[in-house]
Amino acid sequence: MRPEVVGEAYAAVTGRSLEAHEIGVSHLAPGSRVVAAMSGGVDSAVAAALLHGAGFKTVGVSMRLGTSAARADGHVGCCSLDDFDDARRAAETLGVAHYVVDLREVFQARVVDPFVASYAEGRTPNPCTLCNRDVKFDAFWDYAETIGAEAIGTGHYARVGREGGVFSLHAGVDAAKDQSYFLFTLGQAELARTAFPVGDLSKERVRALAGALDLPVASKPESQDICFVAGGRYTDFVEAALAPEDRRPGTIRDAAGRTLGRHEGIHGYTVGQRRGLGGGAPEPRFVTSIDPDSATIVVGSRADLERDGLEVRDVRWTNGPRPGRASVRLRHRHEPVGCTVRVDGGITRVRFDEPTGGVTPGQAAVWYEGDRVLGGGWIAAK
Amino acid sequence: MYLDHNAGGRVRPEVADVLVEWLRSPMGNPSSLHEAGRNARSAIEAAREEVARLVGAAPSEVVFTSGGTEANNLAVRGTAVPEGGVVTTAIEHASVVAAARAAGVAGSSVTELGPDGQGRLTPEQVRASVDGQTALVSVGWANGEIGTVQPIAEIVRAVREANPRARVHSDVVQAVSQLEVDVASADLDLASVSAHKLGAPAGVGALVVRRGATPAPLFVGGPHERDRRAGTENAAGIVAFGAAARLARVERQAYAERALALRERLWTRLSTGAAPVERFGAVDGLPGTLAVGFPGLRGDALAVALDLRGVAVSTGSACAAGAPEPSHVLRALGCTRELAVGGLRLSMGPELSPEDAERAVAVLVEVVHDARAKRSARGAGVGDAA
Repeated sequence: MRPEVVGEAYAAVTGRSLEAHEIGVSHLAPGSRVVAAMSGGVDSAVAAALLHGAGFKTVGVSMRLGTSAARADGHVGCCSLDDFDDARRAAETLGVAHYVVDLREVFQARVVDPFVASYAEGRTPNPCTLCNRDVKFDAFWDYAETIGAEAIGTGHYARVGREGGVFSLHAGVDAAKDQSYFLFTLGQAELARTAFPVGDLSKERVRALAGALDLPVASKPESQDICFVAGGRYTDFVEAALAPEDRRPGTIRDAAGRTLGRHEGIHGYTVGQRRGLGGGAPEPRFVTSIDPDSATIVVGSRADLERDGLEVRDVRWTNGPRPGRASVRLRHRHEPVGCTVRVDGGITRVRFDEPTGGVTPGQAAVWYEGDRVLGGGWIAAK
Repeated sequence: MYLDHNAGGRVRPEVADVLVEWLRSPMGNPSSLHEAGRNARSAIEAAREEVARLVGAAPSEVVFTSGGTEANNLAVRGTAVPEGGVVTTAIEHASVVAAARAAGVAGSSVTELGPDGQGRLTPEQVRASVDGQTALVSVGWANGEIGTVQPIAEIVRAVREANPRARVHSDVVQAVSQLEVDVASADLDLASVSAHKLGAPAGVGALVVRRGATPAPLFVGGPHERDRRAGTENAAGIVAFGAAARLARVERQAYAERALALRERLWTRLSTGAAPVERFGAVDGLPGTLAVGFPGLRGDALAVALDLRGVAVSTGSACAAGAPEPSHVLRALGCTRELAVGGLRLSMGPELSPEDAERAVAVLVEVVHDARAKRSARGAGVGDAA
């Protein structure tokens, strides 16, 4: 497919002309080689199409991250041969080369194993962020660079901006699809060589473009939240992956220290989770904290979940530390809340304007100025 | 610039001519009694003679199959017995490895011998692993990924001494185009050959079945191939195979000499122009195979970079999804996982011109330099950790 054909489809769908600044890639050298990560889904296929249409020398690459075992109900997780076929057919439709890279080992070591370990230690993991940090923007980047690429492009709903020599990370314009939360670890070096061509589009327009370009993935259903957990039943996955000696049964208590019951392992619990404990409790109870050392689950009322602030670890700033006023997101799709970020003696703390629930150790706290990501870190247990 | 001949390549023009002529000629089912059928039969038998001559076998010992993989399956699964042993190596072609494991599931006790750092096995090592229960020993003549050649005749002798009833099979797919392979003087019982490694189309191969070896057929349903492989013969493929086998036999010696000289020139260019570079496999291996690795750089990525610049090479072996996996051969040589994904195989064929080969290596040197330059420019500290 000639690049002009993509441009015509883009103009028909958006009413705009397909230029680098329209798809947020004006920071890349015109005509340079870009590797488009293609999962077999519609977003990444359209991202590849837009890069091709904008005149980049585009190469499509699919990452083999997991096994492709189909479940008994026929549902197939990510990285199935069907997904690679879909990606390959989309690349063929565009007329760009397509390859598959095997990154299963790094995915297992940096995403899946920590996912299981987190639950075993009473934290709620955030595998998509780890995958972005250690797989897509590290191992995959390494591969792309060796191929000779100047940048990688993905189908994430996010945007890269540049003012002067400074790169910035922004939420995608489609608020319902925005994935900037999962990308907070990207610093200047990564943003400089990253393209998010669908970040300026709504999901509707992405689908319309896929249809207009006759991409074979145009009507493919949405992928699930955690790609390696088929069907989204993470507890079954963790159960199966956990070694017997890592199961930590213990007691369930309330804030006053009264024992309310026993549990079969802290890996089955998440802070904030509503917990039906029976016994005719007058109001709903929630897991308010998990003590991994004593394997104790503490429960309380909704009000007991609220915190004044939190402490974060492994902080990354998109452009160097910039403490001060911000609004913070505590999980994907969380409505940001006003806060102040402080850095004291190497420790970064976020103080909420008002007490806030949903402070879940293991999740990321990502703070924004408007739609711009300033930085983020991992919520610590204390 | 095509340097992936160990994986197969384009059909050689001489073979294509024979094939096209055959496809346009009157023919029928080779089992039929009429003239068209008899034409097909005699073409198949002529090809059988060529394939037999290529490997020093008698025509009656050649069983045509759908390729090397079927030949390996027939040899291994057809010879293994539940109460017996199968001895093979950790660096065999995937079809031998998997067939041996399948025999293991069916009850055979399977031994996978590990080679030395160059991929070589010793006759003593094989002898020590053979006992009275051993039904089959399968050792490839030459390894397609790293080129290492095994002392097959000595290995066969060692097996005979340890257990005269054990059958010995060798996958000679990669060897026959460039080495003198004589199954009779090596005293092999079974040997696998593939047509598309010789410039014929894929989809046809042969298992040489000698002496009293009687591998149980994988397919039944007809008396074809002397009851050893049921199904109407792929006459067109077999005719092309015969033509390719003849070419290979005639050209073999001169081609091997040319390839050897070329391979060493390419290695000199790489080792002086793109150091640090590792060489895998034994230096006295297949003349047309050069297996290398660049520490810290992924071989699959280098292969893609080369592909984008018109140079075809491979990482060694491909998997179903087309994603190269860490090579089981390099792992067996004791390479780290990192180096095992770093392997790159340059393999030559009779049609490769020295000029193309040298240009390809010049591109490889550039690609390696580019990747290293980018990496060092990037440095270690990415991200802006607070």
